[in-house]
Amino acid sequence: MPGIYRIAFKLLVNDRSKYAALLVGITFAVFLMIEMTSLFSGILSRASATVINIGASVWVMDPAVQTVANTIPLPDYVLDEVRSLPGVRYAVPLYSGSALLKLGDGTYQAANIMGLDDTSLFGRPQIVSGKIEDIFAENAFIAVKDSEFYKLENPGIGTEFELNDHRGKIVAIAHVASSGLFGVPTLYTTYNRCLQYIPNTRFTISYLLVEPNTPADIVLIKQRVAAAGYLALTKSEFMQQISTFYEFHTGIGTNMLLMTLISFVIGLSISGQTFYTFIIENLEKFGALKAIGAKGRELVSMILFQATFVSLTGYGLGVGLCALVIWLARLYLPDYAAIITAGNLALAFSMVVLIATVSSYIGVRKVLRIEPFDIFRG
Amino acid sequence: MTEIAVTAEGLNKWFGEGEARTHAVKDVNFEAHFGEMLYVVGPSGSGKTTMLSMISGILRPNSGGVRIEGTDIWSISDDALAEFRLHKIGFVFQDYHLFPHLTTAENAAIPLILQHRPWNEALSEAEHDLEVVGLRTRASLPPVKLSGGEQQRVAIARAIVSRPDIMVLDEPTASLDGDTGRTILQFVREHLLTEKRCIIIVTHDSRIYEFADRIMRMEDGRLTGFDKGSLDAQ
Repeated sequence: MPGIYRIAFKLLVNDRSKYAALLVGITFAVFLMIEMTSLFSGILSRASATVINIGASVWVMDPAVQTVANTIPLPDYVLDEVRSLPGVRYAVPLYSGSALLKLGDGTYQAANIMGLDDTSLFGRPQIVSGKIEDIFAENAFIAVKDSEFYKLENPGIGTEFELNDHRGKIVAIAHVASSGLFGVPTLYTTYNRCLQYIPNTRFTISYLLVEPNTPADIVLIKQRVAAAGYLALTKSEFMQQISTFYEFHTGIGTNMLLMTLISFVIGLSISGQTFYTFIIENLEKFGALKAIGAKGRELVSMILFQATFVSLTGYGLGVGLCALVIWLARLYLPDYAAIITAGNLALAFSMVVLIATVSSYIGVRKVLRIEPFDIFRG
Repeated sequence: MTEIAVTAEGLNKWFGEGEARTHAVKDVNFEAHFGEMLYVVGPSGSGKTTMLSMISGILRPNSGGVRIEGTDIWSISDDALAEFRLHKIGFVFQDYHLFPHLTTAENAAIPLILQHRPWNEALSEAEHDLEVVGLRTRASLPPVKLSGGEQQRVAIARAIVSRPDIMVLDEPTASLDGDTGRTILQFVREHLLTEKRCIIIVTHDSRIYEFADRIMRMEDGRLTGFDKGSLDAQ
């Protein structure tokens, strides 16, 4: 490390109170920014849980659908039409709805009910207890063991409940990749059993799940579906559409953005103020260095080094603290909705770079303005 | 004491404009020589520090020029002037201006570090100069652990570490008691003044006049005359 940076480093870290204040400010800001954005990412991921868990390549829906939970039933002929499109290897219906279960103790519990295509069981969950073929048994349902599982009174295989005056029976326990957003347990059964058990509208298909012959066929499938008056989205497009809805049409995104900005302002205020005080207290010393023979750009590079070092250290600590908090939270809340993504980290990093830039700009201005003569004059 | 180290020609400096204008230094001409310890004395506000700043290359005069070893320092670029100061001039400031969060050795090594010398080499040379000023054992302490006189000696070690031809000391005894001040100046006179070095000291302190070769008197920004220095001046 060049000597002037070593001096800058020692001036920074040996002034322990200010160094600690700078680190606390930036760490806290980074922690809040990443925690906020991670929570939002978690919410967005949960909002797309059905899309993730079912895993179809292409989803066909009514064009007015905004989120996967907001289904608009499709007529049966759409299934036939899609199946007849060139490039479609297969297409199956999916039922996605909700129902009120009457549990063994007499209490009622809302639940998501997923109805899989009776023939293929496409989109079936990973079975952890029991057998998937038991889904064809009388009154059979598969319970998903996620954070909401306990709301079904932690059922085992054979546990019974009532659904719209029909008897239901748990035949298997399953695991899915992502839990849902709305805090209700999920049951899987067959598509036709859903139609029998749950009151329905005239049309009953929630989504069509389509597998193209090749990825290149997707474009044509989307065009042909659009020509029929419906919408075909790839898995990632559907997830993006859901994210966009929550980001811009629910207020959640705005609130999270606001909290992130407040975190940024807090970090900027604490670190900017502390760095300014640090520079002011060392101003005469920087003036002395200038008198001795340090060039302006060397002093600027020392300040930039200090700002960069403390910012990156604070960033690392903030990321670590956030990861620790999420890890601890998940020990007690296994499906705690927070996901640290590359985007969250990049956003927080850019905010930290901005904090470092503003803080060092204040310092640089002060140091460049100090006249060595002022040091002589005292 | 014949070779000229510093030449000041027609130096003028004023601050402010219009009625608020203060003419701090008025048409000052003098020469300082290698092997000479030159004092600049005068009452407060007489322009001593302003004049010292101009001849050491940190305050640009409004008119006139300064030549150090033949170089017209105010005709070169700011970067070249900074480089010139770094290699040719050693500064001892009135308030020392030591970094409290660096060790004594690191403080003394600063000019060498600014010259981009390797860290360990710079520290080694600084420790040698701390030995010269009698502070070798204090090298790893921060300046705040040192007495005023010791801090002054650290500042002196920092000033001499780059082997400057010109040393500039601003009120070096202002924060010291009489005995310590005399000890410091005696040390400077005996150990730092060489035939290849010129030392210029701004001071109010008549107790240290005995160490001067010449004493330059200033009043109201003007050079009013020279005394021979030493006891003659008192």
